[in-house]
Amino acid sequence: MDKRVFFKGWWLPALLVAPQLLISFVFFFYPSGQAIWNSLFLPDPFGLKTEFVGLDNFRFLLSDPYYLASFKTTIIFSTAVSVSSMALGLYLAALADRLIKGAGVYQTLLIWPYAIAPAIAGVLWLFMFNGNIGLASYYLKALGYEWNHTLKGDQAMFLVILASSWGRISYNFLFFLAGLQAIPKSIIEAAAIDGASFWKRFGTIVIPLLSPITFFLLVVNIVYAFFDTFGVIHTITSGGPEQSTTILVYKVFSDGFVSQDLGSSAAQSVILLVLVGILTVIQFKYIERKVHY
Amino acid sequence: MMKSIKAIICSIALFAMFAGTAAQAKTEIQWWHAFGGRLGELLDEQVNKFNASQNKYTVVHTRKGNYSETLNAGIAAFRAGQHPNILMVFEVGTASLMAAKGAYVPMYQLMKDAGQRFNPNGFVSAVSGYYTTTDGKMLSMPYNSSTPVLWVNKDLMKKAGLDPEMDLSTWKRVGNALDAAKAKGIDMPFCTCWHSWVHLENFSAYHNIPFASKANGFAGLDTELSFNSPVHIKHIQTLGKWAQEGKFKYMGRRNEAGKNFRAGECMLMTESSAGYAGIKKEAKFEFGIRHLPYYGGTNAPQNTIIGGSSLWALSGKSKEENKATAAFLAFLSTTDIQAKWHQDTGYLGVTTAAAKKTKSSGFYKANPGTDLAGVQMMRNKVTENSKGLRLGSFDQIRGIIDEEMEGVYNGSKTAQVALDSAVKRGNILLRRFERANK
Repeated sequence: MDKRVFFKGWWLPALLVAPQLLISFVFFFYPSGQAIWNSLFLPDPFGLKTEFVGLDNFRFLLSDPYYLASFKTTIIFSTAVSVSSMALGLYLAALADRLIKGAGVYQTLLIWPYAIAPAIAGVLWLFMFNGNIGLASYYLKALGYEWNHTLKGDQAMFLVILASSWGRISYNFLFFLAGLQAIPKSIIEAAAIDGASFWKRFGTIVIPLLSPITFFLLVVNIVYAFFDTFGVIHTITSGGPEQSTTILVYKVFSDGFVSQDLGSSAAQSVILLVLVGILTVIQFKYIERKVHY
Repeated sequence: MMKSIKAIICSIALFAMFAGTAAQAKTEIQWWHAFGGRLGELLDEQVNKFNASQNKYTVVHTRKGNYSETLNAGIAAFRAGQHPNILMVFEVGTASLMAAKGAYVPMYQLMKDAGQRFNPNGFVSAVSGYYTTTDGKMLSMPYNSSTPVLWVNKDLMKKAGLDPEMDLSTWKRVGNALDAAKAKGIDMPFCTCWHSWVHLENFSAYHNIPFASKANGFAGLDTELSFNSPVHIKHIQTLGKWAQEGKFKYMGRRNEAGKNFRAGECMLMTESSAGYAGIKKEAKFEFGIRHLPYYGGTNAPQNTIIGGSSLWALSGKSKEENKATAAFLAFLSTTDIQAKWHQDTGYLGVTTAAAKKTKSSGFYKANPGTDLAGVQMMRNKVTENSKGLRLGSFDQIRGIIDEEMEGVYNGSKTAQVALDSAVKRGNILLRRFERANK
């Protein structure tokens, strides 16, 4: 049965849509337009003069091998952050879901790290792995492993992934737990009576029923890894060593706000905008098909 | 209880109101800077002294983060029209400021308009040259200037079976000392701060070879980097080799290694002469100061160049405020203030009078090695290669150099490949800067 509602006239629907349109305009269309406009100019840092350069900012970027390398860095980083934090979140949620006593305490403790701002989380992890005073680096050294993330790219990458995923595990845990608790116990019990093992039940009943939440989390986590992690990266590595932890959004930030190259920064925003647009289309067109609501 | 708290709050508010009106009668100016810790305290002392010395002007100072953050805060504020009267800009940002004509009031102009007596020739030329145009006009006022020296942990030298007073004038001799230290199991024989500044920028000046064409950028924006000469490559390759052999430990791009030295872990460190304040305060071992080492058979030793900052008077302020700025900057350049700053911090005495005063007070005799930085900077007649650097986007270029050098230290690149790449990438930024500032 179709539950569509029809309005008579046009002013009421227009009024109802207006707030959303206004917000989209102020926070999305206007800044995006600004970015596209600015990407065509080469201004000096003080804003005293500017020159129209056409697509030169894009040419400048795409001829820079370090910029191209940061696409790969971004893919590695985002995948690692999303997959590790979702897998751990799901694992912890599955454990917490089976708790009978003290569930509230465990849940609260597991959600706690989410309350910590990315930059602060970065500083915490940096302290632990600091080459001078860090406990973790001290014990690693005692075990004979040389830790120096200021020099070794893979260690630096590991550290920023760790610090970025940590708070995210809580977030994913929360959603997975809610998802698990919404699955009717009767279905699971029926399967158990039919003789399905825990893993069989988990794989054939729980995972498919969790798919809407998993999809939602996938989108949200990738957006997080793409856009909200520069605080962590800025505090821990500043994109180094040798730009091995410079992801796209960090480069936008550092070229724009650290190096004051606003033309290049704007051009990067535009590229990022297009990239995220494509990514969203892919996610909704191909992955969402596999989701059962 | 509640009543008394209310009374306290009311009286504080009233006091603040009166204090506010009293302050309004004076002209207030803002100074943004990058100094925290001990240096911040000393800076605060200078400001308080000025505020107490007269009743027309009040200076308010605010720390905006490290050097780069302060510069960026200043630029962003300028775009928004919310900028301070005085901005501290480190030497790396000098070319960016100079190119932004209209963003600042040149120092000579500011002093002239305010009728302030000010003698630019009172400054040591090796310092003021950095902030003066080729036709001799001073654009900003030198504030803190230092130059790199070699710091020695004498206790570790003894532990390594070395004479702590041994000759460390060349990198070859330093290499021998590091070999001995490594053999005796010393964990961190060598460390360094400010890689590009010490091992490429100062290295070039000290060996009298160009860091960039067009007199290191002083003679025009169409300058090109040239720090990939055989002598440069030899030095960076040596550092890379030491890193691979565990004789040199890389701790970070800025002055992170200073912590290791002060904690007594590192035997030899190249760092700014201004490391003095912290080392003197924290080191629980006997330390020494030496000249920066060089390579024999080259043009070295020429002279080293400065790092540090100068103060810029930003434009768009009222005449009255500019007068206050001029008065404050003139106050900062007086001999007493300069001499005290020099002795407290290890920064160079940037006026000739302050250096003379410090010498006659017997400070250098009582604190051996504190005069080395000054000697090293002024040991020869300055050449085209040793006057300093004036390169646009230089903060970014330094970032590129740091990145490439990290590749040498971790063994993924040879010095030749890394320096060639840094020169190439840096030149692209120089061309971009040239274009934006035509």
